[in-house]
Amino acid sequence: MRLQWRTDLLSDTALVRDVALVCLADGIVGVSFGATAVAGGLPWWVPVGMSLLVFAGGSQFAAVGVVLAGGSPLAAVAAGAVLNTRLFPYGLAVSDVTSTGGGRARRWGTRLIGAQLVTDESVAFALRHTDPARRKAAFWTCGAALFTVWNIAVPLGVLAGSAMRNTAAFGLDATFPAVLLALALPTLTDGRTRIAAIGGAGVAVALTPVLAAGLPVLAALSGLAALWRPRRRPDADGAGDSVGVRQPTGHAIPVRSNR
Amino acid sequence: MMPLLAIAALAAITYALRIAGPLLADRVTVPAAAPRLFTSAAAVLLMALAATSALTAGHDFAGWARPAGVAAAGLLAARRAPFPVVVLVAASVTALLRLAGIH
Repeated sequence: MRLQWRTDLLSDTALVRDVALVCLADGIVGVSFGATAVAGGLPWWVPVGMSLLVFAGGSQFAAVGVVLAGGSPLAAVAAGAVLNTRLFPYGLAVSDVTSTGGGRARRWGTRLIGAQLVTDESVAFALRHTDPARRKAAFWTCGAALFTVWNIAVPLGVLAGSAMRNTAAFGLDATFPAVLLALALPTLTDGRTRIAAIGGAGVAVALTPVLAAGLPVLAALSGLAALWRPRRRPDADGAGDSVGVRQPTGHAIPVRSNR
Repeated sequence: MMPLLAIAALAAITYALRIAGPLLADRVTVPAAAPRLFTSAAAVLLMALAATSALTAGHDFAGWARPAGVAAAGLLAARRAPFPVVVLVAASVTALLRLAGIH
């Protein structure tokens, strides 16, 4: 009994420590997001509103990046939406923990809130555990902490970005692509995805001088053709397994806890 | 500029994608290849955004300082350097190059 209690305590301490580290990293992403958005000329409520309502860092950066490059709002929404398609299989993977027990009303209430907390990080934390109670604790601790930190960090970044007069002199414009690169690198878990991503990036850069802003990034999706294989052997390249959390169904979700 | 409608649309699409999983978990099975395709699509978009925002400004080349800072940060990120270090290096390398007159 006592031993059981001690291991629970230890693992909870580990959970809190790991969540704190992820929050610190994401807090810096949030500050950078808020600062970049207002330094690029967007009003303060754009990054702040997006962080509350969209709450998906990569797609927020993508949408704002397209708009700051002069792209249309439609292209911005499309880029952000494509990035977030991965939230659908994430939601399937953690459907058992996004609502808590209790009455019907409480179950629905928590399910609606829990859905908003589905992120790369909270799902990765939940999938570390098989025990339902542990999964639930990991998901909600990480999700709630991230939501809080993200929505404090972005307004702080807005303040910092508004205070800086000459953001180019501070190299602030380099932090945006650097953040995206740091987000993308851990997802390049197998050779084909790497080829698709590098090929797509090449297409996007090559088309930037000629296409309307926002479209080159969407054209990069043509790089996904690299994933196509005529006759699929089961797991031919054995990809992704070393750098991901295995879902019960057997495919890997990349863990971006180093972001 | 980014109208309120665009934010609302992205928020609605994102929430729909999030809630669809828990609502449909008992009724649908996703083909095994689908999650990997979504993850790869995300990787492709992030890399394309990183490359275009590092190398271009409008329709033109962004100059050398920014790509140099991003490349330095990328090397550190690939070596799993802590996130704050990656961001700081990107900004400092770019700022120092500009201070030295390289733009």
